[in-house]
Amino acid sequence: MQEVAYPVLTVLIFFPLLAAIGLFFLRGENTVRIYTLVVSVIELALSYPLFAGFKLESAAFQFVERMDWVGQWGVEYYLGTDGISFLMIILTIAVLPLCVLCSWTYITTRIKEFHFCLLFMTAACVGVFTALDLVLFYVFWEAMLVPMYLLIAVWGGPEKRYASLKFFLYTLAGSALLLVAIVAFRVAGGTFAIPELMEQNFAFSFQFWAFLALALAFAIKVPMFPFHTWLPAAHVQAPTAGSVILASVLLKMGTYGFLRFNLPLTPAASEYFAPFMIAISIAGILYGGIVALGQNDIKKVIAYSSVGHMGFVTLGIFLFNQRGLEGALFQMLNHGITTGGLFMMIGAVYERSHSRELGDNLGLGKYMPAYMFFWGLFALSSFGFPGTNSFVGEILVFVGAFEQNPWIGALMVPGAMVAAAYMLRVSLKLAWGRPTSWKQWPDLNLREWTYLVVPAVFVLYIGLAPGLCFKVMDASLIKLEKDVKEGAKVVSIEKERPMEMALNSLKGILK
Amino acid sequence: MNVNPYPFMPELSMFLIIALLFVQAVGSERMRHKVGVWLPIASLLPIAVSLLSVGQEGLFFHGAYQIDPLSQFFKVAIAIGFSVTIFNATRQPTLVTEKRSDYFLFLAISAWGLMMLASSVELITMYLALELSSYALYAIIALRAKDKGAAEAAIKYIMFGAVSTALALYGFSYILAGMHTTYLAELVQKTWSFEAAPMAVTGMGLFLLGMFYKLALFPFHFWCPDVYEGASNETAAFVATLPKLGAVVILIRLAAMFKPGYDITTVIAVLGALSMTFGNLAALAQKDVKRILGYSSVAHAGYIMIGLVSGTAEGLAAASFYALAYVAMNLTCFWVVSRVSVDGRNLQLDDLNGLHKRAPALAFALAVGAFALVGLPPMAGFMGKLFLFSSGWNHGYNWLIIIAGINTAISIYYYLGLVRHAYTKDAAEDLPLPDTSVFSFAGAALLSLLVLGLGMMPAGVFDFALKVGSVVP
Repeated sequence: MQEVAYPVLTVLIFFPLLAAIGLFFLRGENTVRIYTLVVSVIELALSYPLFAGFKLESAAFQFVERMDWVGQWGVEYYLGTDGISFLMIILTIAVLPLCVLCSWTYITTRIKEFHFCLLFMTAACVGVFTALDLVLFYVFWEAMLVPMYLLIAVWGGPEKRYASLKFFLYTLAGSALLLVAIVAFRVAGGTFAIPELMEQNFAFSFQFWAFLALALAFAIKVPMFPFHTWLPAAHVQAPTAGSVILASVLLKMGTYGFLRFNLPLTPAASEYFAPFMIAISIAGILYGGIVALGQNDIKKVIAYSSVGHMGFVTLGIFLFNQRGLEGALFQMLNHGITTGGLFMMIGAVYERSHSRELGDNLGLGKYMPAYMFFWGLFALSSFGFPGTNSFVGEILVFVGAFEQNPWIGALMVPGAMVAAAYMLRVSLKLAWGRPTSWKQWPDLNLREWTYLVVPAVFVLYIGLAPGLCFKVMDASLIKLEKDVKEGAKVVSIEKERPMEMALNSLKGILK
Repeated sequence: MNVNPYPFMPELSMFLIIALLFVQAVGSERMRHKVGVWLPIASLLPIAVSLLSVGQEGLFFHGAYQIDPLSQFFKVAIAIGFSVTIFNATRQPTLVTEKRSDYFLFLAISAWGLMMLASSVELITMYLALELSSYALYAIIALRAKDKGAAEAAIKYIMFGAVSTALALYGFSYILAGMHTTYLAELVQKTWSFEAAPMAVTGMGLFLLGMFYKLALFPFHFWCPDVYEGASNETAAFVATLPKLGAVVILIRLAAMFKPGYDITTVIAVLGALSMTFGNLAALAQKDVKRILGYSSVAHAGYIMIGLVSGTAEGLAAASFYALAYVAMNLTCFWVVSRVSVDGRNLQLDDLNGLHKRAPALAFALAVGAFALVGLPPMAGFMGKLFLFSSGWNHGYNWLIIIAGINTAISIYYYLGLVRHAYTKDAAEDLPLPDTSVFSFAGAALLSLLVLGLGMMPAGVFDFALKVGSVVP
């Protein structure tokens, strides 16, 4: 148990919520923006105790807070963080001020509501990453849908209604069975507390179905191929800040769910389904890359590239070795930084050209050198150029894949190559294409510099000195790997004829 | 007979209101206008009195009438629901002034009947209380009879009601013939499997039809969307909520007979599954807001069955909690519908367009109500579903819970439709302005707080509900 003077995690969740209520007493558009920016910086400052107090060598949950919520059902208000969620919490909080800055001139209508949604969103996302009670997790998991839905539906592009509805329906439909799985865990394990459920070894027949119910919800959120179709629509229609949060934080919740729930709670089933999960991850990598290659809308390119990048993450998770897990968690962080940065860049150019078509934004290199510098940096990072952050993550997944099975590694190679191809294609045209009707747009202003420098610094820092991140995640990941392998062994006896067993247990469930 | 009146205070307070309304209804022309002035305030009295009488217990009238936590829980709920519907109905635009006191008189009689239903533990008593509450409603729906839709709705309601009543009575005769008693306390001691008592089980099945009719459970739901559509918004708010409480309380009392595995339990589970699926699918195609809410109530009747078939005190408590949550969520939606429809017309989805600009508080309340009906946290509907699912899992009806989960996913589309129209679409210019008075705002705020409060801090109410659940042997 961590010794802290005050409940850090609760403050991080509820401070933005309370601050959001304050928005309604403000007048003036800029007041609202400045207020939210200040709130987001304070939120960042409030996370300082996390850095100061986090014990790197410990694999246990830290900063734990535990209270009764609905005593009769054993639902608790139970928060905590470990090496897996720590980086995600920081990422969520760090993205908030950038989102405020990149929407400064982009959002001109219903400004209060917009910033309310941003703050609400941050609170719910921090909640998702810190919840250690299944019900509490579900509450935050669903609560975040509403502000995201509104972000797309109210401030989005011309097809916003279609995109937002699709987003909402897909994700909520996915989590409908998650609730059933949560209830099943409670009945089988006697508690909603995740750390206590991790200690138990559930029968394989139970794990089999629980895995599927959990995986459906998470796979839609990631999104894994073939559940990805909501993502390009949502990304393209969302306002810049919405895309940034979607890419940086929301997609991570799916992979975080795999790491937090599927692997430790259903280890044997995870092992059983791993080949299948790896196969659709590779399909996603190749599919995302190839489709991105053919897009002329820059935002679509990045959206489809996300499908590919997240494929690397899920692949790493289901490799079941240390390198794979490290690579996966690294890529979660990296994708958040790099793709977030790319979406902010697209927002910046869209404010100038009012178009996201590649053809309308040709030849920026000549008049906007600073812009192209940042774009180049993020693009290099996006396809894993050595020296940038993604290189570290991607190479780890590669090593893990080759360790596991050379064929998996071999199948990933084309995916990485396609990524380079589509990013270079877009970058080339943006920098040196011949403008069809160019106007001389001003280069980046101070505000844009501010919100681009932050991710750029992290791209290089993590790329060149990844040691600190490793230190944060390693203890937890080593424990996770050990638990999963042991857990899988304990119940593996039952696994001789899984399909037959699964059908029998289905009869049991449906009796 | 020496009866202590204290346990009956909720019923007596309601009777007092009825008596006053009766005087007003038969009184002079001048008196009838004043009903909107005193009644809303007076309707708070039953709430206070039922809250005070919560601790009371006892068996009265030769064992036919029981005061226990179950009955008191539902009396509180009925009193609150009655008060909200009264406040809601005071500004009813389509009700002519000379019929006002009659209208409120019938509402109060119906609520009174439901309160008595909550305490009935004998089949004939139940039947009488049920009919008392129903007859009042038959009259109310027909009050707008100049309107063709209302006349049709009234006829449908009465016809279906009469048929289901006849079936219930017929079933009652079978039960009496098979089990030789009408007291629940004795009935629950008997074996209710079809092999052991075919006649009584058949009879109980028929008797249940009457309750299913009130609850609008598939396939006894046909009246429901039409009646909601034909009745005025304010009447629909009453019909959609309070009678459901009455039906649930009876089903909870009878639930002690539904052991998992009995044929009758399986039939209820299957009806529950069909009800949720059919209600949700039918609601997808609706454009009229009240019809959407009508089919949604068919679906919600199905969800409540999960708690009833699980055969545990937790299950019954979950069903009670969900019934209360359902009333709160639905009243929230109907409050908004009634305030938006200032001229009393039936709202189409497009009439909600741009509500967030025209009346932000109402739009927010609608969002809270709709998301609660979906079962999205942190609203009451989510906690209700969590309790239902948890209580039902591993009691032999896991398939029912999986179906409920899938149904939740189906239902998102049409509930989200309400929010989508209110928040993302722009209003046509010729829409009449919704009621944005303090009255409208205060009601919306209170009801949203109730729905959010039940979702975020359900522990207290649920503990009470658990006492309710453990009353039944």
